[in-house]
Amino acid sequence: MRRLLWAVVLLIVLSMVTFSIFYLVPRLGGATPETLAARYVGRAATAETVHLTAEKLGLLDPVIVQYWHWLKGIFVGASYDYGSGVEHCPAPCLGYSFITKQPVWPELLDRAPVTISLVVGASIIWLIAGVSIGVISALRRGTVFDRGAMGVALAGVSLPIFFTGLVSLAFFSYRLGITAPGGTFVPFSQNPALWAYSLLLPWITLAFLFSAQYARLTRAGMLETMSEDYIRTARAKGLPERMVILKHALRGALTPVLTIFGLDVGLLLGGAILTEKTFSLNGLGKYAYDGIVSGDLPKILGVTLVAGFFVIMANLIVDLLYGVIDPRVRLE
Amino acid sequence: MTTPALRDLVIRHPGQLGKQPFLEVVDLKVHFPTDDGLVKSVDGLSFALDRGRTLGIVGESGSGKSVTSLAVMGLHTRPSSERTRPGAQLSGEIYLDGDELLSKTPEYVRSLRGKRMAMIFQDPLSAMNPYHTVGQQIIEAYRIHNPVNKKVARKHAIDMLGRVGIPEPSRRIESYPHQFSGGMRQRAMIAMSLSCDPDLLIADEPTTALDVTVQAQILDLIRDLQSEFNSSVVLITHDLGVVAELADDVLVMYAGRAMEYGSAEQLFNRPAHPYTWGLLGSIPRFDRVGAERLLAIKGTPPFHPRCGYAARNGGLSEDVRPELAPVEPGHTVACHLSPTEREQIWEHEIAPKL
Repeated sequence: MRRLLWAVVLLIVLSMVTFSIFYLVPRLGGATPETLAARYVGRAATAETVHLTAEKLGLLDPVIVQYWHWLKGIFVGASYDYGSGVEHCPAPCLGYSFITKQPVWPELLDRAPVTISLVVGASIIWLIAGVSIGVISALRRGTVFDRGAMGVALAGVSLPIFFTGLVSLAFFSYRLGITAPGGTFVPFSQNPALWAYSLLLPWITLAFLFSAQYARLTRAGMLETMSEDYIRTARAKGLPERMVILKHALRGALTPVLTIFGLDVGLLLGGAILTEKTFSLNGLGKYAYDGIVSGDLPKILGVTLVAGFFVIMANLIVDLLYGVIDPRVRLE
Repeated sequence: MTTPALRDLVIRHPGQLGKQPFLEVVDLKVHFPTDDGLVKSVDGLSFALDRGRTLGIVGESGSGKSVTSLAVMGLHTRPSSERTRPGAQLSGEIYLDGDELLSKTPEYVRSLRGKRMAMIFQDPLSAMNPYHTVGQQIIEAYRIHNPVNKKVARKHAIDMLGRVGIPEPSRRIESYPHQFSGGMRQRAMIAMSLSCDPDLLIADEPTTALDVTVQAQILDLIRDLQSEFNSSVVLITHDLGVVAELADDVLVMYAGRAMEYGSAEQLFNRPAHPYTWGLLGSIPRFDRVGAERLLAIKGTPPFHPRCGYAARNGGLSEDVRPELAPVEPGHTVACHLSPTEREQIWEHEIAPKL
């Protein structure tokens, strides 16, 4: 419960910091409320109209007041009066993009499923693949399998996704035609089989990048726990080696893996920018990318907050899972 | 020591000739190939142990006590073609109830582990898995060798915890090792190793990691349970006090070899080897100022550079390693000094100082 409260506090702090950055950065770059407001009025506007618009949009207010208005918008919605018209942004209003004339929240909702589908699928693949390769490598340390796997893992860590992604797209989708071409996405609710088919290649490519790290981490963890005294005890009890590994060794090796897993999944849920861009998937990452390219601050602010939310939640869940995995950190 | 006649003479007690002891180790060698050369952790060790009796193996750190016990349990990593890392090279014979273990498959030895032979480790905190409850670990040990359901195994585990003196066993079975005190953990460890009613119990420094006040309790517990279960116990320790408390026979090890081997009565009353004298002399005594101590001379085998009496046999110790030879029935010693000479030294130089 205390952790949950902390997560909420952290989220508020995050929103404050993010908002301040987006408030301050243009001003540090020499922008005034008037030049910011100039975007919202027509080309033929007089200086007076611009000033009026800036006032109406609240751009003249101090940062705290602006933050308050924005925060209020999340709960009650907001409307932006830019002189020649009023744009409404229903609650929860994370911001309004004047460039696309769209509130940010519905667009985020629209794109979140793509990113979530991508990340959930890929993370399951990389977790299973990485951990099992790591375990086998550790048990066969120094063998051909171990060296081969660790070599491939090194390649996986080193090769960027826009390389592996494009190469595999060119080969599997366009040459062999066994996977969906880039830009395909079928919602899970529509057709689960097609959903999986459309995401298979992005999943594998993204998972390849990450499983490498997990294999190395698991291998190191396994080598450490396998030399623990309690492993010798488990063997002394007469447990078959398979049970020694699965019941006794793996559990201790998984703690560091879990930590990294929470961080990775949280980060990626906020937008797997490179993967989404490579495979032309309209997820949160691509949304943020578009926002950055067009200088659309509300979009970037929205994605940043959602990303922050995911990272905080993922860490919260990891914290709680620690207690499940390791009884020594369980709260009394 | 491979000829049967000599073997019997050396390692068996009178009246046992021809009778197979419950545990018999013959010329055991455990060697580890390392980058710095071959490490001979155990180098030609033989001993025997009958049902219901206790053998104390004494020696300083690195003398091969634990390596011996792990060899009996079959817990050494054996060399395999798949691994680049070499394992232990074992040779010799280990008989458990007439069954030669070194020639058996690892799977067969595994099926004996926990069931016919069990082990208690030195540090019960690190020897128990922190991620599972004490109960789960005992239940697991029981269910591997007994085809029973969880409920029966749980009842058995509670029963075992009660027998080793853990209060409220039905509640404490849910505890994790870190929630136990050191003594309780060692009790739980003993409960775990005895859960399948093993014939052989190897206790590797069972009291070393414990509080002195708890040590006596644990030793009492081991003794009580031993008579109750009629198991044979191999007690590994560097504490002669513990040996005096529990052991019927004593094997003094040094650098992977037996220095002296005999009954506890013989070893404590008529120790024949200079190293044993040193060990006896190293027991701290509060009633004396400046008690004699073991010399901390660096060095590996053989013993003669550390031996204060090596000069008395004309440099023989420097060239030839003494084999175990009987001094009296059931009492053997590896020393070049003649029995009469040793007796003289013991009676006039050593015993008065102890």
